[in-house]
Amino acid sequence: MIKRNLVVMRNEEVASKIFRLELAGEIPQLVAGSFVEVEVKGQYLRRPISVCESMPGKVTLVYKVVGKGTAQMTKLVANDVVNCLLQLGNGFHISDSCRKALLIGGGIGTAPLYQLAVELRAKGIGTTLVAGFASQSEIFYQKEFAKVCDKTLYATMDGSFGHKGLVTELLPECDYDYFYACGPTPMLKALNAAVTTEGELSLEERMGCGFGICMGCSLMTTHGAKRICKDGPVFRKEELIW
Amino acid sequence: MVDLSVNLCGVKLQNPVIPASGTFGFGAEMSEVYDLNVLGSISIKGTTFEPRFGNPTPRIAECPSGLLNSVGLQNPGAKVVAEEEIPHLRQHFHQPIIGNVCGFSLDDYRACCELIAPKVEIVELNISCPNVHNGGMAFGTTPDGAASVVKAVREVCHKPLIVKLSPNVTDIVVIAKACEEAGADGLTLINTLLGMRIDIRRRQPVLARKMGGFSGPAVFPIALRMVYQVSKACHIPVVGCGGVASAEDVVEMMMAGATAVQVGSENLRDPFVCPQIVESLPSVMKELKINKLSEIIGIIE
Repeated sequence: MIKRNLVVMRNEEVASKIFRLELAGEIPQLVAGSFVEVEVKGQYLRRPISVCESMPGKVTLVYKVVGKGTAQMTKLVANDVVNCLLQLGNGFHISDSCRKALLIGGGIGTAPLYQLAVELRAKGIGTTLVAGFASQSEIFYQKEFAKVCDKTLYATMDGSFGHKGLVTELLPECDYDYFYACGPTPMLKALNAAVTTEGELSLEERMGCGFGICMGCSLMTTHGAKRICKDGPVFRKEELIW
Repeated sequence: MVDLSVNLCGVKLQNPVIPASGTFGFGAEMSEVYDLNVLGSISIKGTTFEPRFGNPTPRIAECPSGLLNSVGLQNPGAKVVAEEEIPHLRQHFHQPIIGNVCGFSLDDYRACCELIAPKVEIVELNISCPNVHNGGMAFGTTPDGAASVVKAVREVCHKPLIVKLSPNVTDIVVIAKACEEAGADGLTLINTLLGMRIDIRRRQPVLARKMGGFSGPAVFPIALRMVYQVSKACHIPVVGCGGVASAEDVVEMMMAGATAVQVGSENLRDPFVCPQIVESLPSVMKELKINKLSEIIGIIE
Protein backbone atom coordinates (compact mmCIF):
# COMPACT_ATOMS: atom_id res chain seq x y z
CA MET A 1 0.00 0.00 0.00
CA ILE A 2 1.21 3.47 -0.86
CA LYS A 3 -0.38 6.90 -0.27
CA ARG A 4 -0.13 9.48 -3.04
CA ASN A 5 -1.49 12.87 -3.96
CA LEU A 6 -2.68 12.48 -7.54
CA VAL A 7 -3.74 15.08 -10.07
CA VAL A 8 -7.09 14.83 -11.86
CA MET A 9 -6.55 14.75 -15.63
CA ARG A 10 -10.24 14.44 -16.39
CA ASN A 11 -13.48 13.29 -14.80
CA GLU A 12 -16.36 12.76 -17.19
CA GLU A 13 -19.66 10.92 -17.41
CA VAL A 14 -19.26 8.02 -19.85
CA ALA A 15 -22.69 6.44 -19.35
CA SER A 16 -25.74 7.14 -17.21
CA LYS A 17 -24.42 7.92 -13.69
CA ILE A 18 -21.10 6.26 -14.60
CA PHE A 19 -17.97 8.41 -14.56
CA ARG A 20 -14.39 7.93 -15.70
CA LEU A 21 -11.77 9.53 -13.47
CA GLU A 22 -8.25 9.76 -14.88
CA LEU A 23 -5.53 10.43 -12.31
CA ALA A 24 -1.83 11.10 -12.85
CA GLY A 25 1.16 11.17 -10.53
CA GLU A 26 3.73 8.91 -8.95
CA ILE A 27 1.82 5.70 -9.70
CA PRO A 28 3.35 2.28 -10.31
CA GLN A 29 1.74 -0.24 -12.67
CA LEU A 30 -1.30 -1.50 -10.72
CA VAL A 31 -2.56 -5.07 -10.77
CA ALA A 32 -5.82 -5.76 -12.64
CA GLY A 33 -8.55 -6.33 -10.06
CA SER A 34 -6.81 -4.30 -7.35
CA PHE A 35 -8.41 -1.12 -6.08
CA VAL A 36 -7.75 2.46 -5.01
CA GLU A 37 -9.11 4.20 -1.89
CA VAL A 38 -10.06 7.75 -2.85
CA GLU A 39 -10.31 10.51 -0.25
CA VAL A 40 -13.57 12.40 -0.79
CA LYS A 41 -14.23 15.92 0.46
CA GLY A 42 -16.84 15.95 3.23
CA GLN A 43 -16.75 12.17 3.73
CA TYR A 44 -14.91 10.49 6.60
CA LEU A 45 -14.05 7.20 4.96
CA ARG A 46 -12.31 6.84 1.62
CA ARG A 47 -14.19 5.25 -1.28
CA PRO A 48 -12.84 1.97 -2.66
CA ILE A 49 -12.86 2.03 -6.48
CA SER A 50 -11.47 -0.72 -8.71
CA VAL A 51 -8.71 -0.06 -11.22
CA CYS A 52 -10.12 0.05 -14.76
CA GLU A 53 -6.92 1.00 -16.62
CA SER A 54 -3.37 1.26 -15.36
CA MET A 55 0.03 2.24 -16.64
CA PRO A 56 2.99 3.73 -14.78
CA GLY A 57 2.17 7.34 -13.89
CA LYS A 58 -1.54 7.03 -14.63
CA VAL A 59 -4.65 5.24 -13.37
CA THR A 60 -8.21 5.32 -14.66
CA LEU A 61 -11.11 4.60 -12.32
CA VAL A 62 -14.63 4.06 -13.62
CA TYR A 63 -17.20 4.53 -10.87
CA LYS A 64 -20.95 4.64 -10.50
CA VAL A 65 -22.77 7.30 -8.49
CA VAL A 66 -24.49 5.34 -5.73
CA GLY A 67 -24.45 7.74 -2.77
CA LYS A 68 -23.11 10.96 -1.33
CA GLY A 69 -19.44 9.97 -1.61
CA THR A 70 -19.51 9.05 -5.29
CA ALA A 71 -21.77 12.05 -6.01
CA GLN A 72 -19.10 14.27 -4.47
CA MET A 73 -16.45 12.59 -6.62
CA THR A 74 -18.25 13.76 -9.77
CA LYS A 75 -17.40 17.35 -8.79
CA LEU A 76 -13.67 16.76 -9.27
CA VAL A 77 -12.23 18.75 -12.19
CA ALA A 78 -8.91 18.78 -14.02
CA ASN A 79 -5.92 19.80 -11.86
CA ASP A 80 -7.69 19.02 -8.58
CA VAL A 81 -5.47 17.04 -6.22
CA VAL A 82 -6.88 13.83 -4.74
CA ASN A 83 -5.26 11.82 -1.97
CA CYS A 84 -5.36 8.09 -2.71
CA LEU A 85 -4.20 4.80 -1.25
CA LEU A 86 -2.92 2.56 -4.04
CA GLN A 87 -1.99 -1.11 -4.46
CA LEU A 88 -4.90 -2.41 -2.39
CA GLY A 89 -6.32 -5.92 -2.71
CA ASN A 90 -4.94 -9.02 -4.39
CA GLY A 91 -6.19 -8.65 -7.99
CA PHE A 92 -6.85 -11.24 -10.67
CA HIS A 93 -4.39 -14.04 -11.31
CA ILE A 94 -3.65 -15.13 -14.86
CA SER A 95 -3.19 -18.88 -14.93
CA ASP A 96 -0.56 -20.37 -17.25
CA SER A 97 -3.06 -23.02 -18.34
CA CYS A 98 -5.69 -20.46 -19.38
CA ARG A 99 -6.11 -20.34 -23.18
CA LYS A 100 -9.67 -19.08 -23.59
CA ALA A 101 -10.83 -16.68 -20.88
CA LEU A 102 -14.40 -15.64 -20.23
CA LEU A 103 -14.92 -12.26 -18.59
CA ILE A 104 -18.31 -11.81 -16.96
CA GLY A 105 -19.27 -8.33 -15.81
CA GLY A 106 -22.39 -6.99 -14.15
CA GLY A 107 -22.96 -3.22 -14.33
CA ILE A 108 -20.12 -1.20 -12.83
CA GLY A 109 -18.45 -4.54 -11.99
CA THR A 110 -17.40 -4.66 -15.63
CA ALA A 111 -14.83 -1.88 -14.96
CA PRO A 112 -11.96 -3.97 -13.45
CA LEU A 113 -12.32 -6.52 -16.27
CA TYR A 114 -10.95 -3.99 -18.76
CA GLN A 115 -7.39 -3.93 -17.40
CA LEU A 116 -7.59 -7.72 -17.16
CA ALA A 117 -8.70 -7.97 -20.80
CA VAL A 118 -5.71 -5.83 -21.83
CA GLU A 119 -3.32 -8.11 -19.92
CA LEU A 120 -4.92 -11.30 -21.28
CA ARG A 121 -4.59 -9.96 -24.82
CA ALA A 122 -0.91 -9.12 -24.19
CA LYS A 123 -0.37 -12.76 -23.18
CA GLY A 124 -2.09 -14.01 -26.31
CA ILE A 125 -5.04 -15.47 -24.42
CA GLY A 126 -8.36 -15.38 -26.28
CA THR A 127 -11.06 -13.52 -24.39
CA THR A 128 -14.82 -13.29 -24.54
CA LEU A 129 -16.66 -10.58 -22.60
CA VAL A 130 -20.20 -11.15 -21.39
CA ALA A 131 -21.55 -8.02 -19.75
CA GLY A 132 -24.94 -7.32 -18.26
CA PHE A 133 -26.51 -3.94 -17.56
CA ALA A 134 -29.92 -2.70 -16.46
CA SER A 135 -30.24 -0.68 -19.66
CA GLN A 136 -28.25 0.45 -22.72
CA SER A 137 -27.75 3.89 -21.13
CA GLU A 138 -25.45 2.32 -18.51
CA ILE A 139 -23.13 0.52 -20.91
CA PHE A 140 -19.59 1.92 -20.88
CA TYR A 141 -16.29 1.04 -22.58
CA GLN A 142 -18.10 -0.86 -25.34
CA LYS A 143 -15.58 0.22 -28.03
CA GLU A 144 -12.63 -0.27 -25.70
CA PHE A 145 -13.64 -3.85 -24.87
CA ALA A 146 -14.30 -4.59 -28.55
CA LYS A 147 -10.65 -3.72 -29.28
CA VAL A 148 -9.14 -6.06 -26.71
CA CYS A 149 -11.64 -8.97 -26.69
CA ASP A 150 -12.21 -11.55 -29.42
CA LYS A 151 -15.94 -11.50 -28.79
CA THR A 152 -18.27 -9.28 -26.74
CA LEU A 153 -21.84 -10.18 -25.79
CA TYR A 154 -24.23 -7.87 -23.97
CA ALA A 155 -27.40 -8.45 -22.00
CA THR A 156 -29.75 -5.77 -20.69
CA MET A 157 -32.59 -6.29 -18.27
CA ASP A 158 -34.92 -4.06 -20.31
CA GLY A 159 -33.79 -5.45 -23.67
CA SER A 160 -32.61 -2.04 -24.89
CA PHE A 161 -29.32 -3.56 -26.10
CA GLY A 162 -28.23 -7.13 -26.84
CA HIS A 163 -29.89 -10.09 -25.21
CA LYS A 164 -32.89 -9.25 -23.04
CA GLY A 165 -32.30 -10.83 -19.68
CA LEU A 166 -29.42 -12.08 -17.55
CA VAL A 167 -25.75 -12.63 -18.38
CA THR A 168 -26.02 -16.23 -17.19
CA GLU A 169 -28.37 -16.93 -20.11
CA LEU A 170 -25.52 -16.11 -22.52
CA LEU A 171 -22.98 -18.49 -20.98
CA PRO A 172 -23.97 -21.56 -23.08
CA GLU A 173 -22.89 -19.58 -26.20
CA CYS A 174 -19.38 -19.11 -24.83
CA ASP A 175 -16.30 -21.25 -25.30
CA TYR A 176 -13.87 -20.89 -22.36
CA ASP A 177 -11.52 -22.78 -20.06
CA TYR A 178 -11.36 -20.23 -17.22
CA PHE A 179 -13.61 -17.38 -16.10
CA TYR A 180 -13.26 -14.05 -14.32
CA ALA A 181 -16.33 -12.31 -12.89
CA CYS A 182 -17.22 -9.09 -11.14
CA GLY A 183 -20.68 -7.76 -10.45
CA PRO A 184 -23.54 -7.64 -7.96
CA THR A 185 -23.73 -10.51 -5.46
CA PRO A 186 -26.97 -12.05 -6.84
CA MET A 187 -25.33 -12.23 -10.29
CA LEU A 188 -22.17 -13.83 -8.91
CA LYS A 189 -24.27 -16.35 -7.01
CA ALA A 190 -26.27 -17.26 -10.11
CA LEU A 191 -23.24 -17.60 -12.34
CA ASN A 192 -21.35 -19.62 -9.77
CA ALA A 193 -23.96 -22.32 -10.45
CA ALA A 194 -23.95 -21.74 -14.23
CA VAL A 195 -20.24 -21.77 -15.10
CA THR A 196 -18.60 -25.04 -16.09
CA THR A 197 -14.92 -24.28 -15.36
CA GLU A 198 -12.71 -22.95 -12.62
CA GLY A 199 -12.44 -19.23 -12.24
CA GLU A 200 -12.20 -16.14 -10.06
CA LEU A 201 -14.84 -13.79 -8.69
CA SER A 202 -14.28 -10.25 -7.44
CA LEU A 203 -16.50 -9.25 -4.51
CA GLU A 204 -17.43 -5.95 -2.94
CA GLU A 205 -18.47 -4.89 0.54
CA ARG A 206 -18.72 -1.73 2.60
CA MET A 207 -15.17 -1.24 3.86
CA GLY A 208 -13.67 0.61 6.78
CA CYS A 209 -9.96 0.76 6.02
CA GLY A 210 -9.39 -1.08 2.72
CA PHE A 211 -6.06 -2.59 3.88
CA GLY A 212 -6.97 -5.35 6.31
CA ILE A 213 -6.91 -3.89 9.80
CA CYS A 214 -10.53 -3.18 10.77
CA MET A 215 -12.28 -6.48 9.94
CA GLY A 216 -15.17 -4.51 8.45
CA CYS A 217 -15.49 -6.57 5.25
CA SER A 218 -14.99 -10.12 6.49
CA LEU A 219 -16.22 -13.14 4.59
CA MET A 220 -16.40 -16.78 5.66
CA THR A 221 -14.79 -18.97 3.00
CA THR A 222 -13.93 -22.65 2.65
CA HIS A 223 -10.50 -21.60 3.96
CA GLY A 224 -11.84 -19.74 7.01
CA ALA A 225 -12.48 -16.04 7.60
CA LYS A 226 -11.05 -13.75 4.92
CA ARG A 227 -11.06 -9.99 4.44
CA ILE A 228 -12.48 -8.85 1.10
CA CYS A 229 -10.16 -5.81 1.08
CA LYS A 230 -6.89 -7.56 1.90
CA ASP A 231 -7.26 -11.29 1.08
CA GLY A 232 -9.57 -10.39 -1.84
CA PRO A 233 -11.41 -8.74 -3.47
CA VAL A 234 -10.72 -11.61 -5.91
CA PHE A 235 -11.45 -15.14 -4.70
CA ARG A 236 -11.20 -18.48 -6.47
CA LYS A 237 -14.57 -20.07 -7.15
CA GLU A 238 -13.92 -22.98 -4.78
CA GLU A 239 -13.19 -20.61 -1.86
CA LEU A 240 -16.64 -19.08 -1.87
CA ILE A 241 -19.61 -20.36 0.11
CA TRP A 242 -23.01 -19.36 -1.34
CA MET B 1 15.35 18.25 23.03
CA VAL B 2 11.74 17.78 24.14
CA ASP B 3 10.74 14.75 26.25
CA LEU B 4 7.79 12.77 24.88
CA SER B 5 7.97 9.87 27.33
CA VAL B 6 5.18 9.01 29.75
CA ASN B 7 4.76 6.45 32.49
CA LEU B 8 1.61 4.37 32.14
CA CYS B 9 0.95 2.24 35.22
CA GLY B 10 4.68 1.74 35.78
CA VAL B 11 5.40 0.98 32.13
CA LYS B 12 7.55 3.60 30.41
CA LEU B 13 6.34 4.57 26.95
CA GLN B 14 8.71 6.51 24.65
CA ASN B 15 5.71 8.62 23.62
CA PRO B 16 1.99 8.60 24.46
CA VAL B 17 0.73 7.59 20.98
CA ILE B 18 -0.99 4.19 20.87
CA PRO B 19 -3.11 2.77 18.03
CA ALA B 20 -6.44 1.78 19.62
CA SER B 21 -7.67 -1.77 19.77
CA GLY B 22 -9.66 -2.82 16.71
CA THR B 23 -8.09 -0.25 14.40
CA PHE B 24 -4.69 -1.87 13.93
CA GLY B 25 -5.31 -5.62 13.77
CA PHE B 26 -2.45 -7.45 15.48
CA GLY B 27 0.05 -5.14 13.82
CA ALA B 28 1.18 -7.56 11.10
CA GLU B 29 -0.34 -5.64 8.17
CA MET B 30 0.86 -2.28 9.46
CA SER B 31 4.41 -3.56 10.03
CA GLU B 32 4.64 -3.75 6.22
CA VAL B 33 3.51 -0.13 5.89
CA TYR B 34 5.87 1.67 8.31
CA ASP B 35 8.33 0.99 11.13
CA LEU B 36 6.06 0.40 14.12
CA ASN B 37 8.87 1.22 16.56
CA VAL B 38 8.03 4.94 16.38
CA LEU B 39 4.86 4.19 18.39
CA GLY B 40 4.55 4.40 22.17
CA SER B 41 2.68 1.11 22.34
CA ILE B 42 0.03 -0.85 20.38
CA SER B 43 -3.31 -1.99 21.77
CA ILE B 44 -3.95 -5.15 19.79
CA LYS B 45 -7.29 -6.38 18.43
CA GLY B 46 -9.84 -7.37 21.10
CA THR B 47 -9.35 -11.03 21.94
CA THR B 48 -11.84 -13.57 23.28
CA PHE B 49 -11.03 -17.02 24.68
CA GLU B 50 -12.79 -18.77 21.78
CA PRO B 51 -12.26 -17.72 18.13
CA ARG B 52 -15.02 -15.47 16.75
CA PHE B 53 -16.05 -14.62 13.19
CA GLY B 54 -18.07 -11.64 14.36
CA ASN B 55 -21.26 -10.14 12.98
CA PRO B 56 -22.76 -10.37 9.49
CA THR B 57 -21.83 -7.67 6.94
CA PRO B 58 -22.35 -4.77 6.26
CA ARG B 59 -20.41 -3.94 9.41
CA ILE B 60 -19.40 -0.38 8.46
CA ALA B 61 -21.45 2.77 7.90
CA GLU B 62 -20.23 6.25 6.97
CA CYS B 63 -21.29 9.10 9.31
CA PRO B 64 -20.55 12.82 9.55
CA SER B 65 -16.95 13.02 10.84
CA GLY B 66 -16.83 9.37 11.76
CA LEU B 67 -18.17 5.89 11.20
CA LEU B 68 -20.26 3.14 12.72
CA ASN B 69 -18.85 -0.34 13.08
CA SER B 70 -20.47 -3.58 14.15
CA VAL B 71 -17.50 -5.90 13.64
CA GLY B 72 -18.36 -7.90 16.75
CA LEU B 73 -14.95 -8.87 18.13
CA GLN B 74 -13.75 -10.95 15.20
CA ASN B 75 -10.53 -12.63 16.36
CA PRO B 76 -8.75 -15.99 16.11
CA GLY B 77 -9.08 -16.74 19.84
CA ALA B 78 -6.72 -16.26 22.80
CA LYS B 79 -4.55 -19.31 22.06
CA VAL B 80 -3.68 -18.20 18.51
CA VAL B 81 -3.21 -14.59 19.64
CA ALA B 82 -0.87 -15.62 22.47
CA GLU B 83 1.11 -18.20 20.49
CA GLU B 84 1.16 -16.69 16.99
CA GLU B 85 -0.03 -13.07 16.70
CA ILE B 86 1.85 -11.54 19.66
CA PRO B 87 5.15 -13.36 18.95
CA HIS B 88 4.86 -12.25 15.32
CA LEU B 89 4.31 -8.64 16.39
CA ARG B 90 7.33 -8.87 18.73
CA GLN B 91 9.54 -9.57 15.72
CA HIS B 92 8.69 -6.13 14.32
CA PHE B 93 7.84 -4.15 17.44
CA HIS B 94 10.18 -3.65 20.38
CA GLN B 95 7.97 -1.42 22.55
CA PRO B 96 5.37 -2.42 25.19
CA ILE B 97 2.26 -4.21 23.88
CA ILE B 98 -1.23 -3.82 25.31
CA GLY B 99 -3.41 -6.95 25.10
CA ASN B 100 -7.15 -6.24 24.82
CA VAL B 101 -9.14 -8.93 26.65
CA CYS B 102 -12.88 -9.50 26.10
CA GLY B 103 -15.34 -12.07 27.37
CA PHE B 104 -18.93 -13.18 27.84
CA SER B 105 -18.75 -14.36 31.45
CA LEU B 106 -16.38 -13.89 34.38
CA ASP B 107 -14.78 -17.30 33.70
CA ASP B 108 -14.40 -16.38 30.05
CA TYR B 109 -12.62 -13.10 30.87
CA ARG B 110 -10.36 -14.91 33.32
CA ALA B 111 -9.49 -17.73 30.92
CA CYS B 112 -8.67 -15.24 28.16
CA CYS B 113 -6.57 -13.09 30.48
CA GLU B 114 -4.58 -16.11 31.70
CA LEU B 115 -3.41 -16.74 28.13
CA ILE B 116 -2.84 -13.11 27.08
CA ALA B 117 -1.42 -11.42 30.22
CA PRO B 118 1.92 -13.34 30.29
CA LYS B 119 2.61 -12.25 26.70
CA VAL B 120 2.03 -8.49 27.05
CA GLU B 121 3.19 -5.57 29.22
CA ILE B 122 -0.31 -4.19 29.93
CA VAL B 123 -3.75 -5.82 29.89
CA GLU B 124 -6.67 -3.71 28.69
CA LEU B 125 -9.95 -5.16 29.85
CA ASN B 126 -12.70 -4.52 27.32
CA ILE B 127 -16.01 -4.23 29.17
CA SER B 128 -17.45 -1.83 26.65
CA CYS B 129 -17.89 -3.46 23.23
CA PRO B 130 -21.39 -2.48 22.03
CA ASN B 131 -21.41 -5.07 19.23
CA VAL B 132 -21.88 -8.35 21.09
CA HIS B 133 -24.71 -9.78 23.18
CA ASN B 134 -24.35 -10.87 26.80
CA GLY B 135 -20.86 -9.61 27.17
CA GLY B 136 -18.64 -6.66 26.78
CA MET B 137 -20.83 -3.68 27.36
CA ALA B 138 -23.30 -5.63 29.53
CA PHE B 139 -20.61 -5.67 32.25
CA GLY B 140 -19.47 -2.14 31.58
CA THR B 141 -22.72 -0.26 32.09
CA THR B 142 -23.24 -0.87 35.82
CA PRO B 143 -20.76 -0.20 38.66
CA ASP B 144 -21.34 -3.70 40.13
CA GLY B 145 -20.93 -5.41 36.75
CA ALA B 146 -17.72 -3.52 36.01
CA ALA B 147 -16.30 -4.21 39.49
CA SER B 148 -17.12 -7.93 39.25
CA VAL B 149 -15.06 -8.34 36.04
CA VAL B 150 -12.16 -6.31 37.38
CA LYS B 151 -12.06 -8.39 40.60
CA ALA B 152 -12.30 -11.67 38.72
CA VAL B 153 -9.53 -10.78 36.27
CA ARG B 154 -7.37 -9.09 38.92
CA GLU B 155 -6.89 -12.51 40.61
CA VAL B 156 -5.24 -13.96 37.50
CA CYS B 157 -3.66 -10.85 35.99
CA HIS B 158 -0.16 -10.07 37.23
CA LYS B 159 0.38 -7.25 34.77
CA PRO B 160 -0.90 -3.67 34.95
CA LEU B 161 -4.64 -3.88 34.34
CA ILE B 162 -6.42 -1.02 32.62
CA VAL B 163 -10.17 -1.09 32.00
CA LYS B 164 -11.71 0.27 28.79
CA LEU B 165 -14.98 1.96 29.63
CA SER B 166 -18.19 2.51 27.70
CA PRO B 167 -19.55 6.03 27.18
CA ASN B 168 -23.07 4.55 26.89
CA VAL B 169 -23.85 5.23 30.55
CA THR B 170 -25.50 7.98 32.57
CA ASP B 171 -22.44 8.70 34.70
CA ILE B 172 -19.08 7.29 33.64
CA VAL B 173 -17.43 8.57 36.82
CA VAL B 174 -19.40 6.09 38.95
CA ILE B 175 -18.26 3.18 36.76
CA ALA B 176 -14.66 4.46 36.74
CA LYS B 177 -14.58 4.68 40.54
CA ALA B 178 -16.03 1.17 40.86
CA CYS B 179 -13.20 -0.15 38.65
CA GLU B 180 -10.56 1.71 40.66
CA GLU B 181 -11.92 0.32 43.94
CA ALA B 182 -12.01 -3.20 42.45
CA GLY B 183 -8.29 -3.03 41.75
CA ALA B 184 -7.82 -1.55 38.28
CA ASP B 185 -4.44 0.11 37.65
CA GLY B 186 -5.76 2.43 34.95
CA LEU B 187 -8.67 3.26 32.68
CA THR B 188 -9.10 3.75 28.94
CA LEU B 189 -11.94 5.93 27.82
CA ILE B 190 -13.93 5.91 25.68
CA ASN B 191 -15.09 2.94 23.62
CA THR B 192 -17.60 3.69 20.84
CA LEU B 193 -21.02 5.30 21.28
CA LEU B 194 -23.98 3.17 20.22
CA GLY B 195 -25.40 4.56 16.97
CA MET B 196 -27.49 3.71 13.93
CA ARG B 197 -27.95 4.68 10.27
CA ILE B 198 -30.76 3.89 7.81
CA ASP B 199 -30.50 3.57 4.03
CA ILE B 200 -33.65 5.54 3.18
CA ARG B 201 -33.80 4.18 -0.39
CA ARG B 202 -33.71 0.55 0.70
CA ARG B 203 -35.70 1.28 3.88
CA GLN B 204 -33.20 -0.83 5.79
CA PRO B 205 -30.57 -0.13 8.45
CA VAL B 206 -27.14 0.24 6.83
CA LEU B 207 -25.60 -2.21 9.29
CA ALA B 208 -26.71 -5.84 9.17
CA ARG B 209 -26.86 -5.77 12.96
CA LYS B 210 -28.86 -2.49 12.82
CA MET B 211 -26.79 -0.71 15.48
CA GLY B 212 -23.06 -0.23 15.90
CA GLY B 213 -20.38 1.77 17.66
CA PHE B 214 -19.85 5.37 16.56
CA SER B 215 -16.29 6.71 16.51
CA GLY B 216 -14.19 9.33 14.77
CA PRO B 217 -13.45 13.05 15.22
CA ALA B 218 -17.15 13.69 15.96
CA VAL B 219 -16.81 12.01 19.38
CA PHE B 220 -13.61 13.81 20.41
CA PRO B 221 -15.34 16.43 22.62
CA ILE B 222 -17.34 13.72 24.40
CA ALA B 223 -14.24 11.60 25.02
CA LEU B 224 -12.30 14.65 26.19
CA ARG B 225 -15.05 15.63 28.62
CA MET B 226 -15.17 12.11 30.07
CA VAL B 227 -11.36 11.93 30.37
CA TYR B 228 -11.48 15.23 32.24
CA GLN B 229 -14.26 14.14 34.62
CA VAL B 230 -12.77 10.71 35.35
CA SER B 231 -9.17 11.86 35.76
CA LYS B 232 -10.32 14.43 38.30
CA ALA B 233 -12.36 11.87 40.25
CA CYS B 234 -9.94 8.90 40.19
CA HIS B 235 -6.33 8.42 41.29
CA ILE B 236 -5.26 5.99 38.55
CA PRO B 237 -3.95 6.93 35.07
CA VAL B 238 -6.42 7.50 32.26
CA VAL B 239 -5.75 6.66 28.61
CA GLY B 240 -7.68 9.07 26.38
CA CYS B 241 -9.33 7.58 23.31
CA GLY B 242 -11.96 8.92 20.94
CA GLY B 243 -11.58 10.92 17.75
CA VAL B 244 -7.90 11.72 18.14
CA ALA B 245 -6.47 12.67 14.74
CA SER B 246 -3.56 15.08 15.31
CA ALA B 247 -0.69 16.04 17.62
CA GLU B 248 -2.83 18.94 18.86
CA ASP B 249 -5.56 16.46 19.82
CA VAL B 250 -3.00 14.45 21.79
CA VAL B 251 -1.93 17.57 23.70
CA GLU B 252 -5.58 18.48 24.36
CA MET B 253 -6.37 14.99 25.68
CA MET B 254 -3.34 15.11 27.96
CA MET B 255 -4.25 18.55 29.28
CA ALA B 256 -7.69 17.11 30.08
CA GLY B 257 -6.04 14.40 32.17
CA ALA B 258 -4.87 11.61 29.86
CA THR B 259 -1.50 9.98 30.60
CA ALA B 260 -1.42 8.36 27.16
CA VAL B 261 -3.61 8.68 24.07
CA GLN B 262 -5.05 6.11 21.70
CA VAL B 263 -5.70 6.81 18.04
CA GLY B 264 -8.55 4.74 16.58
CA SER B 265 -10.73 5.48 13.55
CA GLU B 266 -8.18 7.81 11.99
CA ASN B 267 -5.93 4.79 11.30
CA LEU B 268 -8.62 3.52 8.96
CA ARG B 269 -8.75 6.63 6.77
CA ASP B 270 -5.09 7.52 7.06
CA PRO B 271 -2.82 4.56 7.77
CA PHE B 272 0.11 6.92 8.36
CA VAL B 273 -1.59 9.10 11.00
CA CYS B 274 0.20 7.64 14.05
CA PRO B 275 3.78 8.17 12.81
CA GLN B 276 2.71 11.62 11.57
CA ILE B 277 1.44 12.53 15.05
CA VAL B 278 4.66 11.29 16.66
CA GLU B 279 6.70 13.25 14.15
CA SER B 280 4.80 16.51 14.64
CA LEU B 281 4.52 16.36 18.46
CA PRO B 282 7.96 17.98 19.11
CA SER B 283 7.18 21.03 16.96
CA VAL B 284 3.72 21.40 18.53
CA MET B 285 5.35 21.16 21.97
CA LYS B 286 7.94 23.80 21.07
CA GLU B 287 5.21 26.11 19.84
CA LEU B 288 3.32 25.61 23.12
CA LYS B 289 6.51 25.89 25.20
CA ILE B 290 6.21 22.34 26.55
CA ASN B 291 9.57 20.68 27.28
CA LYS B 292 8.29 17.56 28.97
CA LEU B 293 5.00 16.18 27.68
CA SER B 294 4.14 14.45 30.96
CA GLU B 295 4.07 17.85 32.69
CA ILE B 296 0.84 18.84 30.97
CA ILE B 297 -1.15 15.79 32.13
CA GLY B 298 -4.31 17.09 33.78
CA ILE B 299 -3.24 20.74 33.97
CA ILE B 300 -6.83 21.87 33.47
CA GLU B 301 -8.35 22.48 36.88
